[in-house]
Amino acid sequence: MSKAIAYIRTDEAPSLPPPSSQVGWRKWLWDNMFSSMANFGSIGASIRSILIIALTAMLLYFGITVTWSLINFAFIDAVWSDPDTLKRGICATVPQGGVAEGPVGACWPFIEAKGKLIIYGRYPEAELWRVNALFIALAVGILWLVWENAPLRRYASTLMLTVFPLAAFILLTGGDVHWGQGTWTTMIVLTAIFLGGGLLAARNLLGEVMFALSGFFMVFGIFVTAMLIAMFVTSLDFGLPHVETANWGGLLVTLVVAITGIVASLPLGIALALGRQSQLPLIRYLSIGFIEFWRGVPLISVLFMSSVMLPLFLPEGVEFDKLLRALIGVALFSAAYMAEVVRGGLQAIPKGQYEGAMALGLSFPQMTRLIVLPQALKIVIPGIVNTFIGLFKDTTLVLIIGLFDLLGAIQLTYTDAAWSTPVTSPTGYLVAAAMFWAFCFSMSRYSQHLERKLDTGHKR
Amino acid sequence: MTTENTNVQTADKAVIKIEKMNKWYGQFHVLRDINLNVKQGERIVICGPSGSGKSTLIRCVNRLEEHQDGLIEVNGTELSGDLKNIEAIRRDVGMCFQHFNLFPHLTVLENCTLAPIWVRKTPRKEAEATAMEYLERVKIPDQANKYPGQLSGGQQQRVAIARSLCMNPQIMLFDEPTSALDPEMIKEVLDVMIELASTGMTMICVTHEMGFARTVADRVIFMDEGQIIEENEPEEFFNNPKSERTQKFLSQILSH
Repeated sequence: MSKAIAYIRTDEAPSLPPPSSQVGWRKWLWDNMFSSMANFGSIGASIRSILIIALTAMLLYFGITVTWSLINFAFIDAVWSDPDTLKRGICATVPQGGVAEGPVGACWPFIEAKGKLIIYGRYPEAELWRVNALFIALAVGILWLVWENAPLRRYASTLMLTVFPLAAFILLTGGDVHWGQGTWTTMIVLTAIFLGGGLLAARNLLGEVMFALSGFFMVFGIFVTAMLIAMFVTSLDFGLPHVETANWGGLLVTLVVAITGIVASLPLGIALALGRQSQLPLIRYLSIGFIEFWRGVPLISVLFMSSVMLPLFLPEGVEFDKLLRALIGVALFSAAYMAEVVRGGLQAIPKGQYEGAMALGLSFPQMTRLIVLPQALKIVIPGIVNTFIGLFKDTTLVLIIGLFDLLGAIQLTYTDAAWSTPVTSPTGYLVAAAMFWAFCFSMSRYSQHLERKLDTGHKR
Repeated sequence: MTTENTNVQTADKAVIKIEKMNKWYGQFHVLRDINLNVKQGERIVICGPSGSGKSTLIRCVNRLEEHQDGLIEVNGTELSGDLKNIEAIRRDVGMCFQHFNLFPHLTVLENCTLAPIWVRKTPRKEAEATAMEYLERVKIPDQANKYPGQLSGGQQQRVAIARSLCMNPQIMLFDEPTSALDPEMIKEVLDVMIELASTGMTMICVTHEMGFARTVADRVIFMDEGQIIEENEPEEFFNNPKSERTQKFLSQILSH
């Protein structure tokens, strides 16, 4: 009665390559340009296809013309040299009072003439070697950090975070800082309290409450000790002439502000993000308050406040360097943003990771350092680098408190009547844009490389 | 294994002592009047319907969950809010989870050596040698340099067992170790657990693998609604369950 439903495969079905329309450029074209033609029977699909083709053509046209005019301006029509030091004459057309016939593009001799101002600001000519030495050290240091097979690489980050900033400070300012009796006393007392207290408390000699707080004391103690050492080193006289920060400018200021901001904001941001998740209400509310305050005010007003209002609160005679104030403002501002980025990463860590770590007997600091942070930071690399890039570009805002960063310095060069032509400012802005883009794009590429390198979770 | 010798000497000592323990989640009374003694080398299987509090109970033993009332003593140390005690107990109590909870950013070998290096302060070389030994025991030494994400579920759970064993624990807790696995992988994990039981390890397993309970357990505990309902040797427990709730539970899970 019943039909036989038994089936047994007798021959292996061969494994074949995909049809030729499913590979290579034909598939690409089909997927990206003509996919809606699959159903040419309908009028809507036909119109859509035509629209896509028209739009593609339009975008191609605009893309090519814009690129072409940029190349034209920067290279083909550009003035490259000024052998007779005509200054503005070489970049101005005949009707404008110059010697150039036909249209003029970028005025490169202008950039060459103003190069020093753009890179160093008004840093004294005789001391420029100090900035150059620093730039070279920075480049070597970054290469050392980024190049994975570099020799002695594990010392790189320690050196770059301890020796390099001190060396940079001494090279740029000249060192020989007179910190004053009060500052020395305060720092020594703080070191004694926190480091000494921390050490005693960790041995359970100061009672239960202090024992619980010993970790906090130790961290703070190590921090103030580091500050004390830094104070000592910077107070030494290396025989370098002092250079006022008011004379710094250009790329130098941009890099100083950006790198300080970047280096300070990451650890601060991590600390704030962890603080915001702390079980201790005091630490939690302090962190929340800090983050929300700094996120709530625009960077411009932070900079204004640091230069206009802060002096009002300081005692008579105490003066804070303008650049230092900007640095602190930028660092705290970006730390608040960083904290929220890092918090996003912390929240993405499954509860099981904490439980796995705790079940193995890891202490809270160990768990945070070895299990939670490596994963959380990896997740938010795009967000961290995004903040870094934003910070790098926000450095231009220091212009409004009278510091001349890269953009400020370039704008300053426009005031020179000897170079005033219609192409002067476009050339300057092109240079500014190109330099900012180069730095930001490198950061973006490096972050993508890091993401790929650290992606271990989902490889199958 | 050297543990076997010490077992004989201290066989009667209770390594886990739970007395009149109660736990609440807010208003909800999840664990009610729990009394349980586990002797050294004893293998205990806890079963019961979902939501009966069995996971919560073993998570209280290493303080992943806090109990609010009563006493829990592990290796003679009472579990209280004292962080030092908690960390000391966690060093000696290994735990395997339903979802393995391996660290995805570390290789299998690093997963196994992390705690010995940082918690026990074992030198790296020694920790790696021990880890390889245990990975061999769970039969995946060839995966040592892969990342957890590259392994199958069964392999991951075996790594998790090896990772716990690397801390040289005296007690192992298993929280539904096979519930997230495909049927064909359950056997490889159970084989490792049976092998472990044969070395004399003190084990508490929350599991629905009744075959495992029959072969390995010294005692089977049945929980329902946060209480221990029945406790017996496996033979008696399965063939002759006393309480009505146990009978109902067994008939449900053994019906097919």
